[in-house]
Amino acid sequence: MTDFAGFMGATCPIPLDRYPTVQLAHGGGGRFSAQLVRDMFLAAFGNPALDVLHDGAILDVPGGRLAFSTDSFVIKPLFFPGGDIGSLAAHGTLNDIAMCGAKPLAMSVGFILEEGLPMDDLWRIVSSLGAAVRRAGVPVVTGDTKVVDHGSGDGVYVNTTGIGVIPPGVEIAPARARPGDVVIVSGEIAVHGIAIMSVREGLEFETALESDSADLSGLVGRVLAAAGNAVHVLRDPTRGGVASALVEIAQSAEVGVLIEERAIPLGDEVRGACEILGFDPLYVANEGKFIAIVAPEVAAEVLAVIRADPLGQQATVIGEVVGGHPGRVFLRSNVGGLRAVDMLSGEQLPRIC
Amino acid sequence: MKYVDEYRDEASARRYLDALRRITTRPWYIMEICGGQTHTVVKAGIDRLIPENVQLVHGPGCPVCVTSLELIDKALAIARRPEVIFTSFGDMIRVPGSGADLLSVKAEGGDVRIVYSPLDAVKIAAANPDRQVVFFAVGFETTAPANAMSVVRARDLGLNNYSILSSQVLVPPAMEAILGAPGNLVQGFLAAGHVCAVMGYWEYVPIAEKYRIPVVVTGFEPLDLLQGITMAVAALEEGRHGVENQYSRAVTYEGNTRAQALIRQVFEVGDRKWRGIGEIPMSGLSVREEFASFDAEHRFEVEAITAEESTECIAGDILRGLKKPHECPAFGTRCTPDRPLGAPMVSAEGACAAYYQYGRTV
Repeated sequence: MTDFAGFMGATCPIPLDRYPTVQLAHGGGGRFSAQLVRDMFLAAFGNPALDVLHDGAILDVPGGRLAFSTDSFVIKPLFFPGGDIGSLAAHGTLNDIAMCGAKPLAMSVGFILEEGLPMDDLWRIVSSLGAAVRRAGVPVVTGDTKVVDHGSGDGVYVNTTGIGVIPPGVEIAPARARPGDVVIVSGEIAVHGIAIMSVREGLEFETALESDSADLSGLVGRVLAAAGNAVHVLRDPTRGGVASALVEIAQSAEVGVLIEERAIPLGDEVRGACEILGFDPLYVANEGKFIAIVAPEVAAEVLAVIRADPLGQQATVIGEVVGGHPGRVFLRSNVGGLRAVDMLSGEQLPRIC
Repeated sequence: MKYVDEYRDEASARRYLDALRRITTRPWYIMEICGGQTHTVVKAGIDRLIPENVQLVHGPGCPVCVTSLELIDKALAIARRPEVIFTSFGDMIRVPGSGADLLSVKAEGGDVRIVYSPLDAVKIAAANPDRQVVFFAVGFETTAPANAMSVVRARDLGLNNYSILSSQVLVPPAMEAILGAPGNLVQGFLAAGHVCAVMGYWEYVPIAEKYRIPVVVTGFEPLDLLQGITMAVAALEEGRHGVENQYSRAVTYEGNTRAQALIRQVFEVGDRKWRGIGEIPMSGLSVREEFASFDAEHRFEVEAITAEESTECIAGDILRGLKKPHECPAFGTRCTPDRPLGAPMVSAEGACAAYYQYGRTV
């Protein structure tokens, strides 16, 4: 019962011991997710391409390198301010491919549909996904559909998988962050998470916020064209937010990261919502922003390229990679105090008072 | 952002720190009562900025932390019932009871929902007349008015499917319990600004008089804390006692008298068990007999449930300020936010979780 006997020949005890059942937090992008990936999936599937734990895998193939990434989308509600599950599924995988330094080449789409889903809703989702990939110039070349019983799903689940080609001279990997590198974030953070929260059942609050969901592959392509090999790490801070992404990078490169609280770009509405709900925006999801860790000599140029794009006008330097405290992220607060930034255990929950 | 940015300004912070350094001549132990203040202290790094001989002691003002184990077990028993929709503030749902938490009850199929206001729970009750809706009414005097309001609203709407599980606790009796305990270190208090916004600060005047200590009503932004600490140290250095109000932009002497009346209408003061501390006389609010049908303990007959707390968790010493979180042998090893032994490691406002999250390990 408590071991994997017969599962791919492995006989290890189940490594996650606090909860005997899956919790929502295991998909939250924080420490529980990381444990699930490390202790269960890596234990079962580990190999050099997967072990990097980047947004996508980089595969050496005759004549070049391919980026390969997959993502599943289970968002509630299906339609939200600034997008829907269709556009989100397109952007999510396009961005994961872009974060490998690759130009997206083609995508697959898998739908798991719940019996009873209105065809109108499905058409809106499919059209929106189609429009998003057309804008990116990336064809959907294969797909799959399954239907489950009424009550066995939340309307629609979408999986997208993409491949892309990495141009010669581009070398993106979390482990390439090195002391002296500059940490850039491409715009105001925490917008997607707060926009979704504002329309979620039981927690509605009034805001004009729209999700930042967007395809970043074009912008990232221009950054790489300008700075090439001097771009060391790219990461889109989705679930778990900027904090979790930086902690993962610090751990995998065995470097420290120091960020300035005052430098973090944050819109007033997002800030207000975070203050009220008791959320730290550093842990709130983004779907149209990326973190670039670049050599200091190209930082100004990279920043200029990002700011020239409508998706990156608020881009800013938020900190640097340092030699001290390897594997850990520190933040200098607005009043000058220093504190560690860690991954969250589970998801952020609205507080009492 | 107005009312936020001006209280997080580095130049002003430096002025308070300079003043604090100038006036501090010897060691002082000051307790910030509220977990929200503890969080600000550690998050903004204030404990590392102030002079070393001013020691901040983190008090029991985390409602999630002090909710007794047996009350959490009662919540779990109620939430497991198929007819129940169990509603709660978010940070309550990961607090471990004896063997489970509300999150795992949800994973097992229980209908557990996070709400942001008890009035949302009343709405859920109105929309689901065939289900029983229970709200976990946790908190200090800050949440009591809204929780009382939900009961009055449910009665006015004629709902017979809404009830609250009350874990309301009161600050002044806890302060007296700390000051009267053997080995007490605390020489001055930062009173919780939000509690005082509701209750005013008249209740603290006799406490300051009896124990001859300074009490500074303090807000929650980094500069509020720095100013509150400076005011408390100044009073201690000059040998003054009494109540001062740093948080005058929100707090008056009388407080919000309408909110106080609403609390008295629905609740009565009684003895209450605090997690890690034990029973403190007249320190909690229970639903009045008149509103008994809105009292979940009464409705679901869970009064008989009792529970023994972990002997390894030193939450009691932490919440009374006798120990700092990292002085616990289990801190960061057998007790982490992923596997908490006690509530201060779970709640966003818990002192142990704040120390762990913000890297205070030494």
